[in-house]
Amino acid sequence: MNEMRTTGAPGRREVAAPASTSLEARRRALKARRLRRGWAALGLVVPAAFFYVIFVLRPLVLTVQYSFYDWNGVGASTFVGAENYTRLVEKPELLGSIVNALELIIYFSFVPVILGLLTAATIRKFAASRLALVSRTVLFLPQVIPLVAAGIMWTWLLATDGLVNELMRLVGLGSITRAWLGDTSTALGAVGVIGAWVALGLCLLLLLSGMTKIDPALYEAARIDGAGAVREFFAITLPSVRQEIGVCVTVTVIAALAAFDIVYISTQGGPANSTLVPGLEIYYLGFFSREVGQASALAVVFMVLVLAVVLPIQRLTKEED
Amino acid sequence: MSRTTGRSRNAAAATSLFLAGILALTACSAPGASTTDEPTADGDGAATASGDWTCGTDDVTLDAYLETGFPLSNALFEEFEKQYPNVSFDVREDQFAVITQNAPRVLADNPPDLMRLPQMSDLVDDGLLYNLDEAAAHFGWDEWPASQLAQMRVDDEGRRGDGPLYAMGKNYSMTGVFYNTELAAQIGMTEAPKTLAELDEWMQKAKDAGITPSTQFNGGATGGLAFPLQLLMASYGDVDAINDWTFQQPGARIDTESNIKAAEHLKKWIDAGYFADDINSLDYSQMMGRFIDGKSLFIFNGDWESGNLDTQMAGKAGFFLMPPLEEGGKVGAMSAPLTFGISSKAANPQCAAFFFDWIATNDEARTLAVEVGGSHPMGPADAFMPEVDPESVTGQTLAAGATIADDNGAMEFIANATGAIYAKSWTPNLQKLVAGDQTAEGLLQAVQADYESEING
Repeated sequence: MNEMRTTGAPGRREVAAPASTSLEARRRALKARRLRRGWAALGLVVPAAFFYVIFVLRPLVLTVQYSFYDWNGVGASTFVGAENYTRLVEKPELLGSIVNALELIIYFSFVPVILGLLTAATIRKFAASRLALVSRTVLFLPQVIPLVAAGIMWTWLLATDGLVNELMRLVGLGSITRAWLGDTSTALGAVGVIGAWVALGLCLLLLLSGMTKIDPALYEAARIDGAGAVREFFAITLPSVRQEIGVCVTVTVIAALAAFDIVYISTQGGPANSTLVPGLEIYYLGFFSREVGQASALAVVFMVLVLAVVLPIQRLTKEED
Repeated sequence: MSRTTGRSRNAAAATSLFLAGILALTACSAPGASTTDEPTADGDGAATASGDWTCGTDDVTLDAYLETGFPLSNALFEEFEKQYPNVSFDVREDQFAVITQNAPRVLADNPPDLMRLPQMSDLVDDGLLYNLDEAAAHFGWDEWPASQLAQMRVDDEGRRGDGPLYAMGKNYSMTGVFYNTELAAQIGMTEAPKTLAELDEWMQKAKDAGITPSTQFNGGATGGLAFPLQLLMASYGDVDAINDWTFQQPGARIDTESNIKAAEHLKKWIDAGYFADDINSLDYSQMMGRFIDGKSLFIFNGDWESGNLDTQMAGKAGFFLMPPLEEGGKVGAMSAPLTFGISSKAANPQCAAFFFDWIATNDEARTLAVEVGGSHPMGPADAFMPEVDPESVTGQTLAAGATIADDNGAMEFIANATGAIYAKSWTPNLQKLVAGDQTAEGLLQAVQADYESEING
């Protein structure tokens, strides 16, 4: 990885410029060029910056601002200070929704990363064959399907008379069939399965691309030293894709914590709040209870929580870099 | 990595300043403060009433914002355009959930002349709805049976049932129990049960015969067990007390003795296995699909499906009101107008009001309300009614409507007490009741607590 790092030294060409007759003229030329470059750079940045400010920074700042007001989204608002934040603590269902989000991390993040590692390590061995191409495509397909469509499809699969239960009946597991999304004890897990199915493709592709960069000589050396497939995996493959794992975990953990679409389509937070997640709670507060201030306060707290979870992961995977 | 020069530091500072400036511009005033030019609640903003409650003779386009899946409105628009060629309708449709979420912003920003309304007390509170009192006086709506309009009146405190009129119905619906006559015949049920005990018996017989007594929907954010629950409440107690609660009258409670008995009765049905195992994952359309496919003996639903069932289950479906505790006792049902309102900023409020009156008084419109909408039209008690086959589901629901009117048994749906009470309180608690995580009494106490925090919060 290290040799791939860009030099990132934009000033070098100026330094190497042919010497001018007088020092003063050279300095002036340099100045003019820098200025031109500066304007060009600014011209390139401004359009993107404009949209970034309008669609990312502005909503962010407004959300923080709204969180200090009692506002129904339409009428006049009143400044209430930190009241919206103190009221968050008093809502027990809110704590439940955060616990649900943390539990979703297992399904949305751990499962696809571990499965992705195992599949990628397997596929790597026959990477050049057509089979590898087919399995890669098949496993990545869920990533291409819109989450809403995935949610609808899985609600059919997981229904009482859906394919999942039919298959279970076929193999003699009829006694444990149920409406997976309609049972308070299995609904969150069922939602998690949908998320894992979606995230697996992304993790697989990232990890596979990481593994193709590993020097084959390492494996050869390991084999000469008598290492088996398992030892190879833990000694070479795993440490080499450390950064890819970091990206996978970060992206999927954020997806788990910010889950909305899959949950909204498959259960809408039910049954009995068993799949309620903060994203959905914010939406209900803002659009059903019409408490925009309260919803914003929750959004701000939740953003901090996501950062608190994601930043340590970032540090962990970069440590030995 | 790259060396930061003094100049680029300056540029960075300038950019930050630029961004900060934009942010400051966008976010310095209090939210909602710019909408201080709100029209007053009685609508004397841009659209001042000039006393001419017609659509005139000039070309008029009425903006309409409707709920998808209900063909009645478009049928009425077509007929109205035929009778008044200068009027045309610009229609936008959304699902009811979307309308619920966006109602305040749509009414404020793209004011429609006609809009399907969700729970309306908040909307009135924000001055978003056109006050129809003047129209009511002009057209004589005040002389109709008062109960037809009561649910659309909102007072200064945001309580419904009394005060100025802020909406009008296209027709008014009737709820009760639909049953599959073929399945009923299989278990020997040839006529509608006359008491609640008889209904219990038929449910048990159906279960014994391997027929699912009911596939009532109760999944997602729509706890459909609220239908049988409220119907049971009317069998056990007094509908006025239930309405007081729904209309947010001071001191009204939902966890009364008779309501607890009703919830216990529902719990008894759940425990006896009268509902399908998977009702906590069933949505409304799945329930309808199963009922039409003959997989459910009963469903608790409203007459907006009458026309649909007459087509899809011709001769195979029947309707009865939730039976009373004792034979001949009082009956009740949720009966609500299909509510439409006019934005207080609408361009053509008078033409829209004229359209409302036309729906209730024109013979063709009333025929459409019954034949397409399946429900009873609004209007005077002695107004024209189209001929309907009394054996059809539509005929049976209309007859039931007359019974409810005689018994004064009409109720507004308990799910409409506040904006979020259905999705955030009734639904999760009813789902817990099914899952065995909530008691009958606990259900009502939990809803009462949420209700109070919503109203006071």
